[in-house]
This record gives sequence, C-alpha cells and structure tokens, in this order.
Amino acid sequence: MIFFKHANQSIELIDEFLNTIDQGALIFKEGVKNYLFGNRESFLDNLKTLSNLETEADITRRKIENILYTQSLMPQLRGDIMRLLEELDNIIDMAKKSLFQFDVEVPNIPPALNQDLIKLTELSCSAIESVVPAARAYFRSPENVKERIHRVYLFEREADKLADAIKRKVFQELPIARLSEKFHLRYFTLHIETLSDAAQQTADLLSIMAIKRSI
Amino acid sequence: MLFLLFISSGLFLGWSLGANDASNIFGTAVGSKMVSFRKAAWIASIFVIVGAVFQGRGAATTLTELGSVDALAGAFTVSLCAAITVFLMTRASLPVSTSQAVVGAIIGWTSFTGSQTDYAVLWKIMSTWISGPVLGAVFSALLFLLVRQILRKSKIHVIKLDSLLRIGLIVVGGFGAYSLGANNIANVMGVFVPSAPGIVLDFGLFTIDGVQILFLLGGVAIAVGIFTYSSRVMKTVGQGILALTPEAAFVVVLAQALVLFLFSSSTFSNFISSIGLPPFPLVPVSSTQVVVGAVMGIGLIKGGREIKYKLLGGIALGWLTTPISAGVLTYFALFFVQNVFGLKVSSVVNAVKAHHEPIVYEQGVNHLNLILPTILLLSTILIVFLVYMFFRQQKLRLKAENLVLQQQNQSYTSTKSLNELELKTIQMQNTMLTNKLELKRQELNTILMNISEQRAFLENITNEIAQLVGSSDIQRRDAKLNDLILLLKQRMSFTKEIDDFYKQIDKTHKNFQLVLVEKFPDLTEHEKRLAMLIRLNFASKEIATLMNITSKSVEIARYRLRKKLRLKERENLTDFLKSL
Repeated sequence: MIFFKHANQSIELIDEFLNTIDQGALIFKEGVKNYLFGNRESFLDNLKTLSNLETEADITRRKIENILYTQSLMPQLRGDIMRLLEELDNIIDMAKKSLFQFDVEVPNIPPALNQDLIKLTELSCSAIESVVPAARAYFRSPENVKERIHRVYLFEREADKLADAIKRKVFQELPIARLSEKFHLRYFTLHIETLSDAAQQTADLLSIMAIKRSI
Repeated sequence: MLFLLFISSGLFLGWSLGANDASNIFGTAVGSKMVSFRKAAWIASIFVIVGAVFQGRGAATTLTELGSVDALAGAFTVSLCAAITVFLMTRASLPVSTSQAVVGAIIGWTSFTGSQTDYAVLWKIMSTWISGPVLGAVFSALLFLLVRQILRKSKIHVIKLDSLLRIGLIVVGGFGAYSLGANNIANVMGVFVPSAPGIVLDFGLFTIDGVQILFLLGGVAIAVGIFTYSSRVMKTVGQGILALTPEAAFVVVLAQALVLFLFSSSTFSNFISSIGLPPFPLVPVSSTQVVVGAVMGIGLIKGGREIKYKLLGGIALGWLTTPISAGVLTYFALFFVQNVFGLKVSSVVNAVKAHHEPIVYEQGVNHLNLILPTILLLSTILIVFLVYMFFRQQKLRLKAENLVLQQQNQSYTSTKSLNELELKTIQMQNTMLTNKLELKRQELNTILMNISEQRAFLENITNEIAQLVGSSDIQRRDAKLNDLILLLKQRMSFTKEIDDFYKQIDKTHKNFQLVLVEKFPDLTEHEKRLAMLIRLNFASKEIATLMNITSKSVEIARYRLRKKLRLKERENLTDFLKSL
C-alpha cells in the first residue's frame, strides 16, 4: 500500500540489520575458535566475513536513519531507535576489531586456556544473541522486552565471572614467564568480555525504551 | 452591513474558539510533529465549517430555549460580554469555558429584560457541564482499554503503527473538528439565531437557510482563528496537558469527538427517545473540559497517577465563576446599551413567546438560486488549483534542477582543487628532483676536480722520479726520494675523505650507534667505528685502509672488541653486530 511504502521499507531494513548483528556474533564465535585451534585459513575467512557484515550493518543503519528522518517517521521515537541501532552496531564493530587484533597481534595462547576462552566467547556471544530478540520484541511487542533481556544480564554476569577466573589463572597459576605475555592474554580476555558488556548496555537502553513505549 | 457589525462580537468569539479549541483536536499530532500544522489547519477548518453548517442547529436551539435574545443589539451585547469574560479569564490563567460564559451571559440578559428563565433548560445545560467531562473520561477509558488490547494482540511493528496512527489522528481529527463545529457553533452564533436573515441559498445539491448562513460565518471565523493563532497554542498544549503518546492522543481525540457529537446530534437524540429512553440533551459543551476528562480517564486506567486534582478543582470553580462573571457583566453592559446608546436589547413579548413556540425560520424567506454561481465558483477554484499545481510542479522541477546544478558545481570545484593540489605536488617533486640533480652534478664536479688534481699530482711525482733515474748524486737522489715518500704518505692519509665517509655513515646508522652506546657504554670511539665498519661487512683490508692502520692491527682490534662485547667463541661478531 502506498501509505506504508516507507514504513515497510524501514521495517525490512531494521530486520535485515538485526539479522546482520546476529550473524556477526556467530562469525565472531567461529573466528575465535578457529584461531585457538590454529585453523588459520578458516580464521581469515571468518575475519573477512565479519568485516563485510560490519560494513553492511553500517550501510543499513545509515539507510534506516535516512528514511526515518527524511520521511518524518516516528518523530517521538526515532531518536531512541537510532540510539538502539547505534548500540547494536557498536557491538559488531567491537567484535570485528577484536578479531582483527587476533590477526595483527597473534597472541600466544597456552592450550590450557583454550577451553576457558571458548566458553567466554560463547557466553559473550550468547549475550549478544539474546539482546537481538529483545530488540526485535521492542518493535512489535514492547511488553515482552523485559522477559527477554534478563537472559542478557545472566550471560553478562557469567562472562564477567569467567573472565576474572581466566585472568587469575594467567597471572597466578599458568607458568608464563613473561609479564608482557600475561598482559597480552589479559587484554584478549578483556576484548571478548567487553562484548557482553556492550550487550548489557544495549539491554539497559532497551528496558527504558520499552517503558517509554508502554501505553 | 449593520447586521455584520452586530454579529462581529460572535465572530470574535468564533476566532477565539478556533484559536484555543482546535488545539484539543490536533494539539498532540502537531506538537509531536506527526501531522504538519498546515495539514491540520486545513482539515480542522473544513470539518468545523461542515459540522457547524449541517449539524449546528440542535445545540443552538437549546440555547435559544434558555433565552431567545431577539434583538440584534441584545445579541451583540450578550456575545461580546461572553467573549470579554473568556478573554479576561484566559489572561488571568483561570479555567474558562466559552459555553459557560455564553450561558451566564444569556441568564444576564433574561434577568435584565425580565424574561422568564426556563430552569429546566438551565438545569439540563448545567448537568452537561459535569456529564461532558465524565462521559469523556468513560469513553476514553473504554477506548483506551480496547486500543491497548488490540495493539497487544496484533503485535504491529512500531513503524507501521506510527503510519497507522498518523492516518488515525487525521481521521479522528476530522471527526473531532466536525463535532466541534456542530456543538460549539451554538456558543458562537447561538444568540443571533432569532435575528437570522430570512433567506435560503439553493446550491443545487443542497440548500442553506439564514441560520446556516450565520453558522457558516461563525465557522469561517473559527477557521480564521485556527489558521492565525492556533499554531502556538497547539505547540504549547502538545507539551502540556496533551503531552501524550500518539496512541493515547488518538483515544483522547476520539473520545472528545464522540462526546461532542452526542451532545449535538439530533438524530442520535431522536433515536434514544424512540427506544423509550430520555432524549440526549443537545447542549454546547466545553471541548477543553471534555479533553481534561478524557485524559483523566486514561490516567484512571493507568492507576490514577496522572489525575490532576488541582485541574479538576479549577474546572469545578469555573462552573461558578464563569457564568456569574459573564452574567453580571452582561447585565451592566445591557443597561449601558439600552440607556446610554438607546438601542433596543429585547422585545419582551416575543421573548416570552419564544419559550413555547418553535422558531419558524422559513416564513416569508427569499429563495436565491445559486446553482450557476456555485458551478462558476467551483470551476474557478478548480482552475486556480490546477494552475497553482502546475506552477508548483514547475517550481519543484526548477528547484531540483538547481540542486543538481549546485551539486555539479560543487563536484567541479572539488575536482578543480584536487587537480591543483596534484599539480602542486608534481611541481614540488620536480623542484626536489632538480635540487637532487644539482647536488649530484656538484658531487660529480668534485670527483672530476679530484681526479684532475690526482692526475696532476701523479704526473708531478712521475716527472720527479724520471729526473732522479740515472742520477749520479746518490745523496741528493736519496734526499729527493725521501721527500717524495713523505709526500706520498701525506697524500695517502685521505683525512678529509675519511671524515666525510664517517659522517655519512653516522648519519645513516644513527640508531645503531645509540643502541651500541646504550648497551656497551665503555666502548672507545675507535672501537665504535670498528663495530660500525664490521656491521657494514667491510673486509679487514678495507677497514685497515679506512682506519689508517695495518691489517694485523685490525685483527687485534677485532679481538678486543669481541672481549668488550662479551661474545662467546661460537658467536659471530658480524652477525651479533647486525642483530643489534
């Protein structure tokens, strides 16, 4: 219908954007695993895909912004919606940067840490994967947002705990001779953990936005 | 003309109504930028006029029943006093309703002229001051629950919902404007109804009588009020009492429109009485108070947090203050009009009759056939509209072309500056190359001069030796040969060239020097030079020449250097120095 042309277009773009973020989390998870298991080619492939997804997310976000502002859609809510999309875009940006750091800095990770780092990556990615449905719920049924974001908080808490445990292991238990290597491992743990923090930040924003939308 | 002068007070009241009450319909929509003011003003104006002309009679009749102000001067005074009351109370920020002011003014008129006040009608009107907001609250609460339920069940995307609400706000805004015109035109023109002109205009599809002409004028006054002043009121109201979500605004406007419609629809009232219920009173009610009621109805559903008791108290106080102020003002104003200006403010006999006899407007009226003028007018409007659209299209096209041109210009300017920049870079590179070339040329000159000098020197030496060959004076020959040896030795020291060579090396391998000094601070200048030459892969023979020492001394110096650098036997000195 001609009345809803721009509305339908922006709905499609928002769905596309959320799919991109979801895929980004999956690719990041795969990328870290491939790095830890030494599958260099697959890792580089993941890095390339994630980079493409990040660019795609940026382009889609700008398109949505353009439609919302030029067509004067949702004058009261568009500021909030654009902030939400920026927060989500920030997550995929961070994921890409972290994977790039793996590629550039090539951290020397002791095999004893592999399982812990995989678990940490999975927890952080689960936080992202839970915030995406919460964002979808905001658009269609804001009353369901609250029951979805509690999963994000849970994964974030678990990721925090595990990250602390890994750092303790690195500095106190593992026989790593160089302090620089310890720092290096701590930073990479932090990079992965930060993703869950970003997901939590988005969840906080979503919960306020959902309250504003409830009538 | 005199008639127009007399109804000017009513028109002023209409302007004031349009300026203030249109915001109750489109306040949220315009305030939240969901609908542009221009669009809202056009829709509100058209529907207000339509509602006033075709459904305004019901509420106006009730006001006439309360007191039929049958002289133009009286009607003018009543209307003016109501307008002044509304104006002054609005300036004093007191809650005021035009309907209540008009009722008070009519009571003032009946008291002054000694006409009988129909208390049943008065009671009917006053009951609506309470029932209006209450009904608004009930409607909005029910509608709110319904809308909330639908939204929760349907799970519409927020962007689509926004588009739907935009259309919804325009539709209910149109309905609200229609109801506002139908209900509130009685406030504006109700007192002039008994003095309405006796003409009927025939437009072919429909006819309008004298009362409807009055209402049309009143409607136009409201529309003028909407266009000239309601913009700022809408923006204020949109952030004040009507600072609602678009969904709630939709409900409030719909509830208000329904209430106003019910209080002005004679069809609905007849339907109610046909099923045995008491007829619905057709009374002008305050749209602002209905809106306040509707907002509070939503507040009640949400848990009562949004109920503003101060506002409610103010409205209740207004039920007393507004009619009393308007009544007293009218009473004194009528005294002046009658006694000072000598104008007739009533014909008492007719006034008493009016309570019991239905008003017959069409007796002895002039029928004017306006079919042809209407067709002509509509055709003119259509032509003007088409011409306007054509020019607008042209203007838009020109604007777009202009924009493209500007963009092209911009792109041309940036390309031009980019080219200039490239040109500058090339010029700079050229200058650099020229300088380099000059430097090389100077170097070549120096080499050439050096070669010439060497050649001259060697020729000189050769000549000297040639003279000495076969010389019998051995003493002189030995002395001369010794001089030549000294000369050659001096020549072999190459002090200047070697200095230049070291300067060049120091410059290019500054970092190596720094690292070496940092790691092995006890190295002598001589050893540092040796380390540098070894790092550069020079052979011992070449090093001996450059350092002006023998090859044997180079070997010894190497050995000492190894010791100072604390190298083990297996470690290669050159590799070590290269790794630094």
